[in-house]
Amino acid sequence: MTRARRRALSLPALGLVLLAACSRQSPNALDPEGPAAKSVASVAWLMFGLATAVYVVVAGFIIIGALRGKKESRISDGAFIWIGGLLVPCVILGGLAVVTVKTTDTLRKPDANPLRIEATGYQFWWAVEYKDEKVTTANEIRVPAGRPVEIGLHSKDVIHSFWVPQLAGKVDMVPGQRNVIRFTAEKPGEYRGQCAEFCGLQHAKMALLVIAEEAGEYQRWVTRQQRPRGGPSSEREAAGEQVFMRSSCAGCHTVRDTEAQGTLGPDLSDFGGRKSLGALATENNRANLAGWIENSQSIKPGNLMPPVQLEPDELLNLLEYLENLR
Amino acid sequence: MTVTEERPPTPEEEHEAIEILWEEAPGAPGFFASVDHKRIGMRYIYTAFIFFFIAGLQALLLRAQLTSPDSQVMGPQTYNQMFTMHGTTMIFLFNTPVLAGFGNYLLPLQLGTRDMAFPRLNAFSYWIFILAAIFMYSSYLVGRPPTGGWFAYVPNANKTYSPGINMDFWGLGVTFVGISTTVGAVNFIVTIFKMRAPGMTLNRMPMFVWSILAMAVMIIFAVPALTVGTVLLEADRLFGTQFYEVAGGGSPLLYQHLFWFWGHPEVYILFVPAAGMVATIIPVFARRRLAGYKWVAASLVGIAFISFGVWVHHMFATGLPALAMSMFSAASLIIAVPSGVLFFCLIATIWRGEVEWTTPFLFALGWFLIFLLGGVTGVMLGVLPFNWQATDSYFIVAHFHYVLNGAVVFPIFGALYYWLPKMTGRMLDEKLGKISFWIMFVGFNLAFFPMHVLGFLGMPRRIYTYSEGLGWETLNVVVTFGSALFGFGTLLTLINFFVSKARGKPAGGNPWNADGLEWSTPTSPPPECNFESIPVAAGRHPLWDSEKLEEAESGTDDATKSMGPSGALNRQTPILGGMQSDPEETMEIPEPTYLPFVLALGIAVLFVGLLIEAALVGVLGLVVAAIGITGWLWRTEADLQ
Repeated sequence: MTRARRRALSLPALGLVLLAACSRQSPNALDPEGPAAKSVASVAWLMFGLATAVYVVVAGFIIIGALRGKKESRISDGAFIWIGGLLVPCVILGGLAVVTVKTTDTLRKPDANPLRIEATGYQFWWAVEYKDEKVTTANEIRVPAGRPVEIGLHSKDVIHSFWVPQLAGKVDMVPGQRNVIRFTAEKPGEYRGQCAEFCGLQHAKMALLVIAEEAGEYQRWVTRQQRPRGGPSSEREAAGEQVFMRSSCAGCHTVRDTEAQGTLGPDLSDFGGRKSLGALATENNRANLAGWIENSQSIKPGNLMPPVQLEPDELLNLLEYLENLR
Repeated sequence: MTVTEERPPTPEEEHEAIEILWEEAPGAPGFFASVDHKRIGMRYIYTAFIFFFIAGLQALLLRAQLTSPDSQVMGPQTYNQMFTMHGTTMIFLFNTPVLAGFGNYLLPLQLGTRDMAFPRLNAFSYWIFILAAIFMYSSYLVGRPPTGGWFAYVPNANKTYSPGINMDFWGLGVTFVGISTTVGAVNFIVTIFKMRAPGMTLNRMPMFVWSILAMAVMIIFAVPALTVGTVLLEADRLFGTQFYEVAGGGSPLLYQHLFWFWGHPEVYILFVPAAGMVATIIPVFARRRLAGYKWVAASLVGIAFISFGVWVHHMFATGLPALAMSMFSAASLIIAVPSGVLFFCLIATIWRGEVEWTTPFLFALGWFLIFLLGGVTGVMLGVLPFNWQATDSYFIVAHFHYVLNGAVVFPIFGALYYWLPKMTGRMLDEKLGKISFWIMFVGFNLAFFPMHVLGFLGMPRRIYTYSEGLGWETLNVVVTFGSALFGFGTLLTLINFFVSKARGKPAGGNPWNADGLEWSTPTSPPPECNFESIPVAAGRHPLWDSEKLEEAESGTDDATKSMGPSGALNRQTPILGGMQSDPEETMEIPEPTYLPFVLALGIAVLFVGLLIEAALVGVLGLVVAAIGITGWLWRTEADLQ
């Protein structure tokens, strides 16, 4: 039985070690990069500590109680029930209630002068709109590091949930209502997020990236998006644009300042600058993009985009065009 | 009856006459007509365990897919179907019915009566359960298993996003099986209040009976909300109503409120009877009376009460107002208090007891160590800000498996080792049982503990695959290994069961030297009529309180005439009521009958009609059901003459 006792004691500790070991590469809620996630993480650590203490003490009583045999004891039944069952839990829970109310209050408080964004969930990607800046993008949200962000959350189909663990807890995207999530990314960096409410076939491949940049860099991106789009800079690109407008692409995707104004799929106006395809289904490079266009169903089965049949030459031109959308 | 001679029958002749009278027809006729609570209870348990192993197999396949990143064991469609059916099966087809099975088998024995209050309703409730289970699983036969997850959130589960009949199998199936749960609960409540042995005041009821009472009351208030939720879902799907459609002025969150108004109490509907099992097993093997009996009973009832005030903690991320959520947050914390009381009553019992390390005790101890963690993480989830990070991640998956698998399945296994000898007449092997426990216990923790960590590392629940490089690989391997180990542990108990059936040690009447009335029957399994003479409960632990159990004798008035063997001889049992269990009148126990099966079958056909949207089939079902219920009520009048 000492084995069981050691196990019981070591379980929570083991978990914490594992957590620390994995933290570097994961979207780790306990490796927070903004005040919202930080305050949750500190609540979490407080409770992990309390939980470990409670577990050790209570499990200790059970195991010692079972092993000690029939002996007289100075602890009466009533003492166990009143102190262990009522008093101690009430004190701990009362403390937690205070922590809950205080933290909730802080987290729900709107910031002054936040960057306002509206995000809409679709099966299985995210539309992102900067209302004040009049900029639209998808799946990757650029924000200036250090500035508070307030995102209005919507859904066009089923319920999704917006979750970037290193920045904040999750908030659902419910059709017919606008929820709000607030966070600040303190340092420049890329923060992975993922849909957290089961939303259908490709729920697993509905991820997003919050890219926090230095204010200047962010501003350059915004300005580029606001400037009227210039024409293609090469013949290949021009031919690619033709392909895009003629084929089925333009029916579903938007490229600003062109005749492509489809809304069924993500806005591609700054596509060349994106890091991923299909809401982080795969990396955005030429080979993957060609594969995606030919048959995205092999990469993310069940997404809305049908396979597109193109001549090899047309495909090359199209790739050139898409890669230069910035 | 058969005894027509002048001289009074000898006890042996009487005994024989009772046996003949209560014997049920062999083979199929007896099978479909039985109203005996013991047969029905066993059937419940066996059927539920078939689904336990099916759901376990599904879980292992899910784990096979998640062991490595970008794995190709199954595609998203199959994965989504499988986790939907795994959850649905575990909740609706294993946990709930298996506890009902134990309740059905044990209640009349523990209360000291000859059957449930409504034996035919009891049979009906089983038939509904098995037919609903077949209904849901027939989705596999037509290749259309549901895909919307076991809580089927709209709009994802509506006709637009889940076309085809897949989700109808779920929506209708869940509505269907709810009938079984509800009538079962009514039966439990009436049995507990009206069928207790003389002397068994509320204050002396076995703790398992208290837990079933709390469970049944929760069911009565919770299941209607689920039924409304799924009926409206099916109305939207089949008839185009707009209850949950934003476009038509409906609300998707309405569904969530209805679902969780049942869904949270449901956790306690499962947990409370499991705790009742533990509170029965611990004193027996600590060789000491339960410390704080009234505290334990009050905490079970308290949990049942508070469980109705916590449902919104499943919806903390849906954007509700902060003040409203704080109330539910507080309630979610408060519910830990009765659990704490329950815990420390059991600790106090063990503390000064002399523990006998049997397999049932080990499983009860496993319940302690696992539920303690599940309870602690439950408190964490009640804290709003924490919940926003943890909800819908693998932390939740870990938490509810600690609570629903650990804190319910472990006691059920303990209960098997404890009560199966009474049910089958043969002991299970202790050595194999202990090996099975340790493998299950280690496997369980390896499978579910790392999931807490995965949740904080950002892994959402219900994803069929994940990419490399997110730091989730190692832990997922551990989880799969643990679940395989856990599965192997449960198989050892299954083997133990078959070995015991074939050549287990005979159990005798009371192999554990336990305290409850169910152990007072001289044989295992108990005689068909349970008790030839109704026992008298002189205390909370009738078999420990006195050397020889007192038995009631038949009186001359209507209230007491069936107390003695003459009651068994006339297929009667006394009805006792009130706080003190005073004799009130005599109940005729119905003869075996097919009518409950006919009624259940009719309802099943009605549901099939709705499923395939064929009015004619539906009407046929209604006609069959009408025949069943008319016959049933007709006979009731005759029986009461």
